[in-house]
Amino acid sequence: MNKPFAITLDVGTSLVNKTGSWRTERPVYVDRLPPCNNACPAGENIQQWLYLAEEGNYEQAWREIVKHNPMPACMGRVCYHPCEDFCNRARLDTAVSIHSVERFLGDLAIRNNWRVKPDAPSTGRHVLVVGAGPSGLSAAYHLARMGHRVTIYEAGPWAGGMMRFGIPKYRLPRDVLDAEIRRITDLGVTIKLNHKVADLDQTMRSEKFDAVFLAVGAHLAKRAYIPAGDAGKILDALQLLRGVEAGDQPLLGRRVLIYGGGNTAMDVARSAKRLGASEAIVVYRRTREKMPAHDFEVREAEEEGVMFKWLSTIKAESEGKFTVEKMKLDDKGKPQPTGEFETMEADSCVLALGQDVDLSFLSRVTGLTITDGVVEVGPDMMTGRRGVFAGGDMVPAERTVTVAIGHGKKAARYIDAFLRDTTYTPASKHEVAKFENLNTWYYTDAPATVQPALDAARRISNFEEVVGGLDESNALFEARRCLSCGNCFECDNCFGVCPDNAVIKLGPGKRFEFNYDYCKGCGMCSTECPCGAIRMEPETI
Amino acid sequence: MSGPQRVKFYQTGTFTVGNRLLDVSVRSVQSDRSRNNSLNSGHRACQGCGEALGARYALDAAMRAVNGKLVVANATGCLEVFSTPYPESSWRVAWLHSLFANAAAVGTGMAAAMRVKGRHDVRVIAQGGDGGTVDIGFACLSGMFERNDDVLYICYDNEAYMNTGVQRSSATPAAARTATTPAVGDQPGNVFGQGKNVPLIAMAHGIPYVATASVCDLRDLEYKVEKAMGFHGARYLHVHVPCPLGWGCDTGDTLKVARLAAESGLFPIFEAEYGEITGRRAIRKRVPVDDYLRMQSRFAHLFKGRGDPARVAMIQAIADRNIRRFGLVSEGAPA
Repeated sequence: MNKPFAITLDVGTSLVNKTGSWRTERPVYVDRLPPCNNACPAGENIQQWLYLAEEGNYEQAWREIVKHNPMPACMGRVCYHPCEDFCNRARLDTAVSIHSVERFLGDLAIRNNWRVKPDAPSTGRHVLVVGAGPSGLSAAYHLARMGHRVTIYEAGPWAGGMMRFGIPKYRLPRDVLDAEIRRITDLGVTIKLNHKVADLDQTMRSEKFDAVFLAVGAHLAKRAYIPAGDAGKILDALQLLRGVEAGDQPLLGRRVLIYGGGNTAMDVARSAKRLGASEAIVVYRRTREKMPAHDFEVREAEEEGVMFKWLSTIKAESEGKFTVEKMKLDDKGKPQPTGEFETMEADSCVLALGQDVDLSFLSRVTGLTITDGVVEVGPDMMTGRRGVFAGGDMVPAERTVTVAIGHGKKAARYIDAFLRDTTYTPASKHEVAKFENLNTWYYTDAPATVQPALDAARRISNFEEVVGGLDESNALFEARRCLSCGNCFECDNCFGVCPDNAVIKLGPGKRFEFNYDYCKGCGMCSTECPCGAIRMEPETI
Repeated sequence: MSGPQRVKFYQTGTFTVGNRLLDVSVRSVQSDRSRNNSLNSGHRACQGCGEALGARYALDAAMRAVNGKLVVANATGCLEVFSTPYPESSWRVAWLHSLFANAAAVGTGMAAAMRVKGRHDVRVIAQGGDGGTVDIGFACLSGMFERNDDVLYICYDNEAYMNTGVQRSSATPAAARTATTPAVGDQPGNVFGQGKNVPLIAMAHGIPYVATASVCDLRDLEYKVEKAMGFHGARYLHVHVPCPLGWGCDTGDTLKVARLAAESGLFPIFEAEYGEITGRRAIRKRVPVDDYLRMQSRFAHLFKGRGDPARVAMIQAIADRNIRRFGLVSEGAPA
């Protein structure tokens, strides 16, 4: 008698009883689009790189980022992280601090000198990129990875565009910016500085470019007409920020007015404090709630002692006295003049009222459509002129560094298709993973790691970086706070909770499969899935 | 809780079945691809059966704890009927069917037989539902405790005789509708009796180990089974296992209902050694009993029309007393 231990009776196994026939609904594994990925203007697969970072695979995580975004160290600092605004974790405790993990990975890459190589063999095609700002650099980087030769013409003396001339050093240290630009040039991209394109047609013809990507940005400061006795007291934001970048110490005086309510106004006000102003007062025509500047920038400015004058417009200047008119909001929330005036004394006034695009070099290019000072492009980022693409601040879109980076990537894909004479079709998107799809019982409560911020009093005296980075232990912790909304992260719950052993675990990285021979369709796997990656579907008969 | 290792700051704590971020040695038995699957596929338990799940959880953990050297006696009940319609068996353990009343006594006999044969490595589990344990098999169970026989008795408590059509047992909660306690009259459903807390009765025997557990907390359950197998002598484990059919809840909500029972305080989870309570599972997100009751049609009469707030309050009082008595809400306890 050769039987297993303590077995005496011959029995058959219940495996002959295929209970799958009981089922009226079947569970299926789905992938939903995480809200962070959906919100990222650069189209990063955030959840995926957090997933890799959670296990300490930092290099792989970084390589996942740079598939989409060549500048994680810069982006982790200056992006306004819409990803975090949509993070489902915010409904549990606080959003995952995605940008700080990105910054950690970006800094680690610089420290370890991680490089990228082209993914495709050389095509022999040559693309001109006009402008070495975020959009141009991004397009150049992606085109180079796709095997194309890329030359960037930059009118200014440095690459970086608004990342250099618009964003102060205390938000983006220049060694970080330089390191990430160097990585792009090391990939084979040529940047020709001080090369202004005067006539696009002629440049393309004489140097035999196969396509062009325009990304000149918006560098002309908008002006408001302010009758002034002493014009020298009024300067514009870009002039000031550019001057600081070049090492000048603009003479602003002790009391400085900043006119405007956007992020640039905050940058200027905070820079003014660092340049020695004892009072920096932001004058804005609406209220704090209506202000376009991001809340954290306003908060940091307030911490540094920047003052605000709401519902006010500057009308005139005479001998250091500025005439300010009080405004009030009408029913539609628009500011309306009240006719009440007051006088504010100040040594100077900086206008931060937005920027226009310098389109003069395009005046002789036919086929372009220019509306409201920006160049119209199709969904493929191509202008009305075949082979001429455009992106960044010079096309109609929100003007942020990350949007520009995203434009660069998108344009690169369509330019690549254009050069190969194929069509590029973006992958269709999954439905967005909603909070209601999650079973949040399974997530541990844990508030976000707060990045160390420099003591306010110390930081206003210099241009040192204000927000510090995470170290490895808290970056890892932060990455692990990701809920993995809508995509299986192999927690084994379905495998564990099935009363019928009808879930097959395929092993690390391979996820799971249902064994429909035995699945009775009870739905426990779907209810208990923390991240909403199992959907019950009616069984078809 | 003193038991399962607490790993802070992981994506999901240790609440999920598995966690790829944990070292393999501290992962749950159920997350292991080569787990024993002591109760195999093809069994005839209803959809979403809590008892089938609880039995696999417990026996897989026991099999790992004793390296597969395990024999099991099973009382009559759902668990026996749905797993072994001859000649089919879903058991992947050495398993012996007994009568409704005598699983504990059969376990005693098996332990004696192993002792006589010198098989000191082989361990014994006797198991049954609440009917076979707290009613019909109660005398045998108490005898096994009193003699301190080397058996772990596991009761899978689904709070009624489900196999025969949902009749009341002495584990049926107050106000629950069953086939024998219909929701009619001015006191519909089961009576508010004195209750019969068998874990406390087991403790009164002073046996080495008594614990309660729930299918909703796998890690706690596995920890208790493993701990129980570390003792010799009589041990008792009482596992709360919802029955979607008898309780009238959605088949996908088995664990959710079990969780609400624990989080409301209606099913206190604790452990005791030699008659003294040594640990309790703290409530993580306390909920009113309403949340638990409303999910189940056996309590529907408490909420129909103007409802029965007086009797809901009486049930809430039971939960509150459990929380107080077993210390289920600890000050400053980690979430």
